[in-house]
Amino acid sequence: MIAFLLRRIGLLIPTFIGVTIASFGFIRLLPGDPVLLMAGERGLTPERHEALLKQFGFDRPLWEQFLDYFFAIFQGDLGQSLVTKEPVFSEFLARFPATIELSLCAIIFAVALGIPAGMFAAVKRGSTYDHSIMGTALVGYSMPIFWWGLLLIIFFSGILKWTPVSGRISLMFFFPPVTGFMLIDSLLSGQKGAFTSAVSHLILPTVVLGTIPLAVIARQTRSAMLEVLSEDYVRTAKAKGLAPVRVIGVHALRNALIPVITTIGLQVGVLLAGAILTETIFSWPGIGKWMVDSIFRRDYPSVQGGLLLIAAIVMIVNLIVDLMYGLINPRIRHTGG
Amino acid sequence: MALLEIENLTVEFATAGGQFRAVDRLSLQADAGDVLAIVGESGSGKSVAMLAMMGLLPWTATVTADRLQFDGKDLLTMSAAGRRKIIGKDISMIFQEPMSSLNPCFTIGFQLGEAMKIHLGLSREARRSRAIELLDLVGIPAPEKRIGSFPHQLSGGMNQRVMIAIAIACNPKLLVADEPTTALDVTIQAQILELLLKLQQETDMALILITHDMGVVAETAQRVSVQYAGQKVEEQPVASLFDDPRHPYTAALLAALPERAHSRQLPSIPGVVPGQFDRPDGCLFAPRCTFATNRCRTEPPERAKGDTTSALCFYPLRNGVPQGHPGKEAAE
Ligand SMILES: Nc1ncnc2c1ncn2[C@@H]1O[C@H](COP(=O)(O)OP(=O)(O)OP(=O)(O)O)[C@@H](O)[C@H]1O
Ligand SMILES: [Mg+2]
Repeated sequence: MIAFLLRRIGLLIPTFIGVTIASFGFIRLLPGDPVLLMAGERGLTPERHEALLKQFGFDRPLWEQFLDYFFAIFQGDLGQSLVTKEPVFSEFLARFPATIELSLCAIIFAVALGIPAGMFAAVKRGSTYDHSIMGTALVGYSMPIFWWGLLLIIFFSGILKWTPVSGRISLMFFFPPVTGFMLIDSLLSGQKGAFTSAVSHLILPTVVLGTIPLAVIARQTRSAMLEVLSEDYVRTAKAKGLAPVRVIGVHALRNALIPVITTIGLQVGVLLAGAILTETIFSWPGIGKWMVDSIFRRDYPSVQGGLLLIAAIVMIVNLIVDLMYGLINPRIRHTGG
Repeated sequence: MALLEIENLTVEFATAGGQFRAVDRLSLQADAGDVLAIVGESGSGKSVAMLAMMGLLPWTATVTADRLQFDGKDLLTMSAAGRRKIIGKDISMIFQEPMSSLNPCFTIGFQLGEAMKIHLGLSREARRSRAIELLDLVGIPAPEKRIGSFPHQLSGGMNQRVMIAIAIACNPKLLVADEPTTALDVTIQAQILELLLKLQQETDMALILITHDMGVVAETAQRVSVQYAGQKVEEQPVASLFDDPRHPYTAALLAALPERAHSRQLPSIPGVVPGQFDRPDGCLFAPRCTFATNRCRTEPPERAKGDTTSALCFYPLRNGVPQGHPGKEAAE
């Protein structure tokens, strides 16, 4: 188990270096530079432009800038935002809970709906239920997030006026963040109606962000389940006289979950990518929105640091998924070493 | 009345090419203490018939029978819930592939305990001690340790012993063993069979043994039912079957044994079992039968009502000679 863990961590190192290079290079490929964007409409003289670039160190050769950046990372320093002058890491941490909260809700939504839907479709395969579940999943999967988000806002916020349009909580409420998770903080604040307000702000973004993972999980569960249901051990379970609920929910599901867990893990990347759009649509103050804002400002340190942190999170989550995979699949646990 | 009574069991599968009859008017009986062997080539519907009896076939199968009774209860009209009270408890089954018949995600102990929990309502500790007892009974060393093992940590032979332990956990009255040794190597095969027979004798349960192995039949069974293309072609006590086979198919099977007692595998006869699309009009064995006449090719042989064991043949053999056969010329 330890050896397995070490090997997996070893594999992460080259990936990490690659991500560092990519995140550094990506933002510099975009036209424009931070100085120009800070100057904005007023513009500035070429001499002043030169001087400011020099002041920030952007006049030096790229490889030099990169090496500086690279070695700073290993000292735990991601640099400072050009805009706020705050350390990138604390900027990230301040917004991270909002994204975590949204992503967690989205994945819980996707798993809680996707696994039962996929199981049901598999058990009733070929029926109208199966076709409608899988048809809906296909639509959900192909829905552009932006369009889907706007559609839901128009319908539920605009026409029905059930949910708020943007933000994490109504402006009526204010309390200092304790955990950074609005659902928990609103409860802790003890203010009447705060929690309900937080929940109602979460619903639409959760649905929008969770739709693609939901569709993917439902489809994967269905196909894994179909495969497992024709296995010999399922027949053995039936031959014991077990009720269908137990045969499907225990014997088949446990095996079908093995590929589904991997799929769920892979959705973390999808979620973080989706968070960028979702947070922008709903003005959700998380790292996705922060990334978009930073890109528009050409805030080099924020973008490269933010991308690096997001990549690190995806890698860590994938590692955790691999470990869980071993827990749920005894064959890996004992043979993988 | 026998423990298990099957009369004219028919199973049809809905396939892309239409209905396929995998079991055709099969009748069987088994009583406590019986060891009945079912033999026949691959595809002759041995497994399907037993799975139909237990209600384990997929939804594409249509099962009909004039009678399908176990212990006086009608399995056919019984509700699914009612049937689940019987299978796994009074009737249990061992499958051909021990490695894939156990769930890879659960421990041996868990899989052993399940049936005891639902059928006998045993507590956790009682299940554990009974599981250890059972593993010991089927000859698994260090059962206290094995209880926490997963199937992939055991050999095929050990897994088959576990399957047997699961099958006998609730003291069944009828045990169906579907080619329990085919996937195992020869030395293990003998041990597993010996174990099955020992358990059968100790508990006086009925044992239906499906096999390809004529050697196994000779050594273990009391009665033998020979199946061909979904039909039972004849049934006899084991000694007289080997002495004087009545159906040309049985005779061909036995004749193809190079040295009867030595061959372990079912011998091959020229030709193949008819499938869905080449089912003959007359006797199903006619295309491969050396005695087949025009009548055999056009008219299916039937048994008299109430007769379920005689050879399904117009000219049953007596000491190798077809009775009432019109002779070589007419056979052409
Ligand atoms: N689910 C199914 N759908 C369609 N046809 C099936 C199904 N299960 C079995 N059959 C067919 O029924 C026939 C009988 O199969 P069965 O498994 O009972 O044969 P068998 O006598 O047990 O053979 P073997 O010795 O190889 O186990 C075969 O032709 C098989 O293809
Ligand atoms: Mg079979």
